[in-house]
Amino acid sequence: MHIIVTVKQVPETRTLRMDEATGTLVRDSGTAIVNPLDLYAVELALQLKELHNAHVTAISMGPPHAEKALREVMSMGVDDAVLVSDRAYAGSDAWSTAWILAAAINTVKDFDLIICGERATDGDTGQVGPELAAALNINALTYVNHFELASAGDFTASRLVEDGEEQLAGKLPMLLTVVKEIAVPRLPVLEGKIRARRAPVKTLGQNELKLDERLVGLQGAPTRVDKIFRPQIMRDCIMASATQGQGALAAVKQLNEFLLTRRIGGGGV
Amino acid sequence: MKEAFSGIWIIAGQRDGELLRISFELIARGLELARKRNTSLTAVVFGAGMTNKELYRLIRCGADRVIVADFPELDKFDLELHAACLTALINEYKPEVVLAGATTTGRSLAPYAAMNVHAGLTADCTGLDIDPESGLLIQTRPAAGGNIMASIKSPSCRPQMATLRPHSCLPAEPLKGRGESSGVILRMKQLPPSPEGRNTVKHIGFCPLSEDFGIQDAEKVVVVGRGIKKADNLKLVFDFAKRIGAAVGATREVVDRGWMSYPHQIGLSGKTISPRLYMAFGVSGSIQHLAGMRTAETVVAVNTDPEAQIFSIADFGITGSLFDVIPALIGEINAGNATWIK
Repeated sequence: MHIIVTVKQVPETRTLRMDEATGTLVRDSGTAIVNPLDLYAVELALQLKELHNAHVTAISMGPPHAEKALREVMSMGVDDAVLVSDRAYAGSDAWSTAWILAAAINTVKDFDLIICGERATDGDTGQVGPELAAALNINALTYVNHFELASAGDFTASRLVEDGEEQLAGKLPMLLTVVKEIAVPRLPVLEGKIRARRAPVKTLGQNELKLDERLVGLQGAPTRVDKIFRPQIMRDCIMASATQGQGALAAVKQLNEFLLTRRIGGGGV
Repeated sequence: MKEAFSGIWIIAGQRDGELLRISFELIARGLELARKRNTSLTAVVFGAGMTNKELYRLIRCGADRVIVADFPELDKFDLELHAACLTALINEYKPEVVLAGATTTGRSLAPYAAMNVHAGLTADCTGLDIDPESGLLIQTRPAAGGNIMASIKSPSCRPQMATLRPHSCLPAEPLKGRGESSGVILRMKQLPPSPEGRNTVKHIGFCPLSEDFGIQDAEKVVVVGRGIKKADNLKLVFDFAKRIGAAVGATREVVDRGWMSYPHQIGLSGKTISPRLYMAFGVSGSIQHLAGMRTAETVVAVNTDPEAQIFSIADFGITGSLFDVIPALIGEINAGNATWIK
């Protein structure tokens, strides 16, 4: 059984910056981490590996230094890693990223299950998972919080939706996007770190994938950031002070008068 | 080739044959775009046993056409199957714009279909506009952790697709002069064929949420920020909220400190609310929080810092301590002087 888990290297949230000219996120190696939500996908893959003797491959698309993220998940116990990297892929949006990842996945060994994090903390679209399933022509379960595999590729799972939890049953192959509730990610172990340092990371780029360049990178991305701006969300605020004059009572009386003009109603308890 | 695409579509949501609120929020958004672009508005519904009576609600609120894929197989959500239907419909009718809710369903269905039809898709939009001449959709969403907003276009691909944050606008109401004859209902004749046999998922059960927060549907919401200082002080806020019939929300700081649970969180990383009355106590007004409440009808803020950003988005502000203001509010309610509540 072969499980593929997708991993993204992201900037730490507090150091997120945007390139004002292109509207894309600035990616430098300094403060890059593994997308925290991907660690839940890695953990589920590793638990299934232990239970079902599966082989786990991590795949990532990004600049060359994204290799660090792949080595990090290898130190947790991932067997193999594939880095999809090419200057031509820079600036890809969710659509082109999923399309490129699908092409890369089709060049590696057949898979039974693909596991993705719910979304990446930088782009925050949560679209690559379902788009990847579509590009690979397989079904997908999103927002999965529980997954159990039985023999012959039958599984039971549950999804966290707005008003509760859906319980489901199905068959592999399948793509999952998982939420935090799925598992608690393990920490890397020393032995794993040593192995990860030496393990080969396979790199795939345009030489290997030979994709239509009109469909990849900034040029191929269907969506384009037109501009970025600080939101202007001003309202004309009537100010009252609870610290001067008659204090809180006067301010509250003024507020109650104001709310009367807004016709809020609805009753209290 | 772009010229072959026309009309605004919304993907309505339903459960057990009943349309969800998000459907009417999407109608409100779609109608605005359709009017500006001078084109038609279509609502697409997937389900099993959808009655015309229920579907006419969409027409009364402004849809010119409802396309419904009504099959027993679509009773429960199966991503591949629902996406196959949407893909087939998009390929047949070629809409210029397709809007879905940024719900667990919409955020799965829209990207799956967008891949199939090679469409640009923007996630979690809070604002939408359209260029009346070119039909270019201008999609606004928070970016970089909610610190800034990005406006996004899909210049070359059609349709232009977007998911919209639930509760980021008010739902459409039935329009004067619109009845059943104001639009048409088309029923999809058959499920699209599956070339390689579909790997469908079986629904075996549903476990509803044990706790009902209902904060997104509340008409009044009281939100507490770091100014509350400690969890013990929350009692005061809950007491006031109960008296005015409000739900209680919190900022991320309050949830991160463990003073309140995540389902209460309002903001980019929590819920978006659009209540008639929003009252903030000790909330500074970070952009990430404002992203979750900016469409509230009336905003009241109480903060000790007169420079707090929350005042820039408030209709009425009180500079002062919530520990003085809330007891005064409760006192006035008890004295029968808060007549606005009635």
